Amino acid sequence: MNIVVLVKQVPDSGSERKLDPADNTVARAAADNVINEMDEYAIEEALTIKEAQGGEVTVLTVGPDSATDAIRKALSMGADKAVHVVDDAIHGSCAVQTSAVIAAALGQMEYDLVMCGAEATDAQLSVMPALLAERLGLPQLSGARKVTIEGGTAKVERQTDGGFWALEAPLPAIISTWDTINEPRYPSFKGIMAAKKKPVETRSLADLGLDAGSVGLASATSKVLDFAGRPPKGEGVKVTDEGDGAQKFVDYLAGQKIV
Amino acid sequence: MPVDRELPSREAEDLLALTREIADAELAPKAAEHERAERFPREVFRLLGDAGLMGLPFPEEIGGGGQPYAVYLQVLEELAARWATVALGISVHTLACSPVANFGTEAQRRDLLPEMVGGTLLGAYSLSEAHAGSDVAAMRASATPSDDGWLARGEKAWVTHGGHADFYSTFLRTPVDGDRAISCFHLTPDLPGFSAAKPEEKMGLTGSTTAAIRLDDVPVPADRLVGEPGRGMAIALGALDSGRLGVSAVAVGLAQSALDVAVAYAVERSAFGRPIAEHQGVAFLLADMAAAVESARATYLVAARRKDAGKPFSRQASIAKLVATDAAMKVTTDAVQVLGGAGYTRDHPAERYMREAKVMQIFEGTNQIQRMVIGRHLTSEVVPPAG
Repeated sequence: MNIVVLVKQVPDSGSERKLDPADNTVARAAADNVINEMDEYAIEEALTIKEAQGGEVTVLTVGPDSATDAIRKALSMGADKAVHVVDDAIHGSCAVQTSAVIAAALGQMEYDLVMCGAEATDAQLSVMPALLAERLGLPQLSGARKVTIEGGTAKVERQTDGGFWALEAPLPAIISTWDTINEPRYPSFKGIMAAKKKPVETRSLADLGLDAGSVGLASATSKVLDFAGRPPKGEGVKVTDEGDGAQKFVDYLAGQKIV
Repeated sequence: MPVDRELPSREAEDLLALTREIADAELAPKAAEHERAERFPREVFRLLGDAGLMGLPFPEEIGGGGQPYAVYLQVLEELAARWATVALGISVHTLACSPVANFGTEAQRRDLLPEMVGGTLLGAYSLSEAHAGSDVAAMRASATPSDDGWLARGEKAWVTHGGHADFYSTFLRTPVDGDRAISCFHLTPDLPGFSAAKPEEKMGLTGSTTAAIRLDDVPVPADRLVGEPGRGMAIALGALDSGRLGVSAVAVGLAQSALDVAVAYAVERSAFGRPIAEHQGVAFLLADMAAAVESARATYLVAARRKDAGKPFSRQASIAKLVATDAAMKVTTDAVQVLGGAGYTRDHPAERYMREAKVMQIFEGTNQIQRMVIGRHLTSEVVPPAG
């Protein structure tokens, strides 16, 4: 069972995140860049499958040089090797363009399964599994809270608000996972040391047979025209209890669609 | 704010980053509750073992992390800043592994060490007795030769992890090798006649269990003797110098945490129209606390670097233990002062830190003993003036 896990480096969602005013793309230089949290669950699931069934886990990332930190984290958790697509021309690419890059990279790899987090904490588009499934002609099983791989078939429980859907597809397939699926392991110190010796191959657009003009901000299908900071927190709502406080409270929560 | 450290390698930086990640997520949120409930966090040690943090200063060939003491101690400090009980536990565990690691036979090192330094098994160090703390030579618990090994009897006291540990590096009088002779044994709680007493009810570090160990005619197999018979005193005292460095780092971590709590509070809390940190009376208090923390850190690092360089470090280890634990007592006491009435309540960690600091001036040799050690070094190192 050879598994490719798609990993994205994102600005830490716990810190203040900014866009670069020069071209309205994510400001990475000043940010605390970390592995997308949701991807850690995909890595954990891939490692669990590998530990039970054998095979290799390969990490694939598209990103600038600094994305090697995200790769190292995945390798220190236990992934076997990595492919890093890095090319200045990719800067500012939209999801559609990025999916072309990832699809081209996957086209040069052998795998039974592609796994990724159900969303990235930066753009939160959650479209990559669908875009890749379309480009590669593979089934997609998205938003999994449980994965079972048996005899050439992937079965997942697709998490929904009210419960789950039972989905099934033949391999190879693309599976995205939510944070309900497992508890990602910490790297061990030995894992960190071992990660330094694991192979990381870099690929340029030319290596993938892609034209630099087909990606990047200039030809992106979506573009950030303007942005504004989050408005400051409001004053909140004060309810005076005249014997009907509980009712007013519930009415408010209902009005906000919380209950 | 994480402490900005000068580390010798990228590897050490990664190790410290891993330590902070695990300590923030797994130690800090549990400390107050466990300490209040006096509950020993055995599962936390399993987690740290899996992460490879239970055998850092031991060579890689025997399953350790191959780290210099200067790096290992800074890991301890980071752990202590989140939960002193756990950091102390690692220091004690390291101490407990050292006799087999340094003096064990080839078979002992091969059969016992991987699970010890790998952290699957938790260690305890059993040297003191009720009437024989720093006066090690006064110990009475003994092991006498039997047909197929030894028969151990007596009572050891103040054993950290007593009742929870999987192995006990235990020092016993072995009269056969001379009246004063002491030997080291690797004891396990499955041996018949081995039992732990009811844990002590302590002022602080209440999550860390301390208990006496009773040995009622415990049959000890011959292959549990560690090192030469009669060599126990040298094994024990050599390990203590390293143990003092461990305690120094734990004390600095605790003091750093108290300083952080005090500064955060002093910036938030206002009086007379401005944050109390801007009143000179408080600012000077905070400044003295920071000076105590940073000088204590520098002192244990000096001693650790001497050890790593293979130089004698006994005097420096005693100085580090004295300086760091006195600093921790002062800084935690002052942290309570900065928080005022709030600091005296259990809503804030300052009072707990203060209770935890006190024992650090006592264990691994009281600070009075440290002064004796330092004094002896000074007088024995004097070179008479020429002529």
